[in-house]
Amino acid sequence: MAEDTITLVITRQDSPDSSPYEETFKVNYRKNMNIISALMETQKNPLNAKGERVAPVNWESNCLEEVCGACSMVINGEPRQACSTLVDKLEQPIRIAPMATFPVVRDLVVDRSRMFDSLKKVKAWVPIDGTHDLGPGPKMPEKKRQWAYELSKCMTCGVCLEACPNVNSKSEFIGPAPLSQVRLHNSHPTGAMNKSERLEALMEDGGLAGCGNSQNCVQVCPKGIPLTTSIAALNRETNIQSFKNFFGSDYAH
Amino acid sequence: MENREFFYRRLHSLLGVVPIGIFLIQHLVVNHFAVYGPESFNKAAHFMHDLPFRIVLETFIIFLPILFHAVLGVYIVFVAKNNVQRYGYFRNWMFYLQRITGIITLIFIVWHVWETRVQIGMGTKDLDYSLMENILANPVMFWFYVIGVVSTTFHFANGLWSFLVTWGITVTPRSQKIATYATLLIFLAVTYIGIRALFAFV
Repeated sequence: MAEDTITLVITRQDSPDSSPYEETFKVNYRKNMNIISALMETQKNPLNAKGERVAPVNWESNCLEEVCGACSMVINGEPRQACSTLVDKLEQPIRIAPMATFPVVRDLVVDRSRMFDSLKKVKAWVPIDGTHDLGPGPKMPEKKRQWAYELSKCMTCGVCLEACPNVNSKSEFIGPAPLSQVRLHNSHPTGAMNKSERLEALMEDGGLAGCGNSQNCVQVCPKGIPLTTSIAALNRETNIQSFKNFFGSDYAH
Repeated sequence: MENREFFYRRLHSLLGVVPIGIFLIQHLVVNHFAVYGPESFNKAAHFMHDLPFRIVLETFIIFLPILFHAVLGVYIVFVAKNNVQRYGYFRNWMFYLQRITGIITLIFIVWHVWETRVQIGMGTKDLDYSLMENILANPVMFWFYVIGVVSTTFHFANGLWSFLVTWGITVTPRSQKIATYATLLIFLAVTYIGIRALFAFV
């Protein structure tokens, strides 16, 4: 029956250097399907709409519960996770494309390395290594823990970078996600001991100054992270840090 | 130079308000004297013209800040890849309009400075009411000036909103929302002053 099939129009690319092309697939409909299970149908039976046998569609996914960020792709024009996108809630045909901000590896697989490089650049961790037991860390105020927890939900999925007009091949801007991680790690009582190192990383080229306040990031973030609040808070912090650095301060740790 | 982006972008944001924004308001308020008649306008214009150290004031309060703001601004326009078709959110539209009005304002200012300040400086025109009266008598130029003024006041008011974010003053979504309304009122007020002065010449 015609109503038991769904149509997927997938933007495919065979290798990082080859040009993209669209291919249509008809897959059998099941109740409560998500995009991952629809894509799995194309693997089971890799026939395109013309009935030709083609290479199965490649994509990435891990957790299947919207916490790992691996399956981000542009579905009907909107960047989101394939695992939490339900077929029943989408218009047909469903158009699936890789995120345009990242280099395509193959089909829907993109290379998000730039995000992990940015996390290294801004030192998005709490250094606790030492030669002796440092004991328990200082306590964190509960109120602060609550908002910091929201920031910790970032899964490096890349959706905010995809939506940001200032993240593109002409600009060095690292994008909203790694910025917000600086606020998270600076809010940590032990992490705050290296506060200035992270803020200074944000003051380098491609850092915080690249933000143009389009605020798309906060609209599209699947985890509802207050990214623009983080950016404004970091604007304040980096300004104060730059004054401390220039005029001198005993509190510029 | 490496790692100067942060400093230059902060300077760009600051200069847009101090001194350029303050100069803009002063300029439009002085223009507004035209509403009270040619004599009133000429008196105000000559007061500004006869300020002590005028060339120094013009250079450091007007010319150099605008030059820096314009050069870096054109670069900022160039590095953005606008996407309002896909993400039609209010702030994304403001982001896009800020860049469009920036370019329109730059074209307008270059033209406006050429046909007023440069001509007066070269001695081919005199600073008085009739200079603007003649320019604005042409309907094409009149509407060019209306678009130029509205574009400038929008760019200023919306720039003031992002100035508050860039300097870490408005951090919470609520304060940013109230700043949106406040800068909207500033836009309407400053535009009224500017446009009313234009109509006084025709």
